[in-house]
Amino acid sequence: MTTLVQKLSSVLTKDKEVVEVKTKPYSNPYLTGIGLGLVLLAAFVIMGRGLGASGAMSTLVAVGVNTVAPEHTQSNPFYSEYLGDGTTNPLKDWLVFEVLGVLAGGFISGSLAGRVKKGIEKGPNITSKKRLLYAFVGGSLMGIGAKLARGCTSGQALTGGALLNLGSWAFMMMVFAGGYAAAYFLRRQWL
Amino acid sequence: MNAPFYKFGLFNTDVSLIFAFIIGIGFGFALERGGFGSARILAAQFYFSNMRVLKVMFTAIVTAMLGLYYLSVIGFVDLSLIYISETYILPQVIGGLILGIGFVIGGYCPGTSVVSFATGKLDGLMYILGVMFGIFIFGEIFPFITDFYYSTNMGSVTLPQFFHLSYGMVVFLVVVMAVGAFALAEWSEKKFAHRNPENQL
Repeated sequence: MTTLVQKLSSVLTKDKEVVEVKTKPYSNPYLTGIGLGLVLLAAFVIMGRGLGASGAMSTLVAVGVNTVAPEHTQSNPFYSEYLGDGTTNPLKDWLVFEVLGVLAGGFISGSLAGRVKKGIEKGPNITSKKRLLYAFVGGSLMGIGAKLARGCTSGQALTGGALLNLGSWAFMMMVFAGGYAAAYFLRRQWL
Repeated sequence: MNAPFYKFGLFNTDVSLIFAFIIGIGFGFALERGGFGSARILAAQFYFSNMRVLKVMFTAIVTAMLGLYYLSVIGFVDLSLIYISETYILPQVIGGLILGIGFVIGGYCPGTSVVSFATGKLDGLMYILGVMFGIFIFGEIFPFITDFYYSTNMGSVTLPQFFHLSYGMVVFLVVVMAVGAFALAEWSEKKFAHRNPENQL
């Protein structure tokens, strides 16, 4: 615990000695998978529900649109579902708090391993500008796909997968199918 | 004591938000440890050179599935109280395809983009903005696609129910499938090791 606090504070204050610490390699994928599976199991046992990510972003979008054009969101059942009946703040939502935790957890893990570094993840044959554009376009498609499928990789594939949900397994197979089908055309970005 | 705790009223909604945050920390921590904060590693999945996505996801699914199965067999967890989303097969198949294509273009999925942003990646931030833009687009076209969105509803249906197999049998088959997938993953990682971004770090 003390080393965690020390490392976090040194990352925040940009202490050179620790920031330049050698980046640790990623963990064994099978052990990581067991860890992630236990987190998911804990969510099932404690809450009776699984993990998610796109739902929190949907709430943010609905709240944002509602701030700008409240009449517009009231007439649209997609937005109004995320806004609730108006008795509680829509941001007081389980998935919103969970995703804030993801942000914190990712930062803690990255800090401990010396992996928090400003930068852009990309292959060697693409410019940063193009990569950022691709990230935005890919994200947009993902947003539309996740809403159509009623969840993303976390909410459908991982959670529904463990619950043996038929729709989730069909969804997961199609994610891999779509990814592998499109990969050839995007190889310049990554290879 | 019976689980799921929340469904048996052991704590209220406000306390559940604290659990949400703590569970989220575990989720984010595991994703970052597994290399999921890096778009290059995630995308390498689709070029067979780094199969972490498949390995971590299937191990996690198998772990949670086995845990839940045995906890329900000993009577600790009431499986019927765990929320299962309904199946709308056609929108989910199309949605999965679009999402898979978006995955290769953008390099992340919503959860992993949050981790990527948390570790300082600008493309992760752009990706999150993209997802929110996509959701906005979906919200705007929703009135025109409502019929399709609610089509082919099959209700809450699990693989055991659909294939008329016992729950334990499907659990066993998923484990066998996962082990086979792991063997294939190890083989292809060796074959395409020369273009694995993890070996170039």
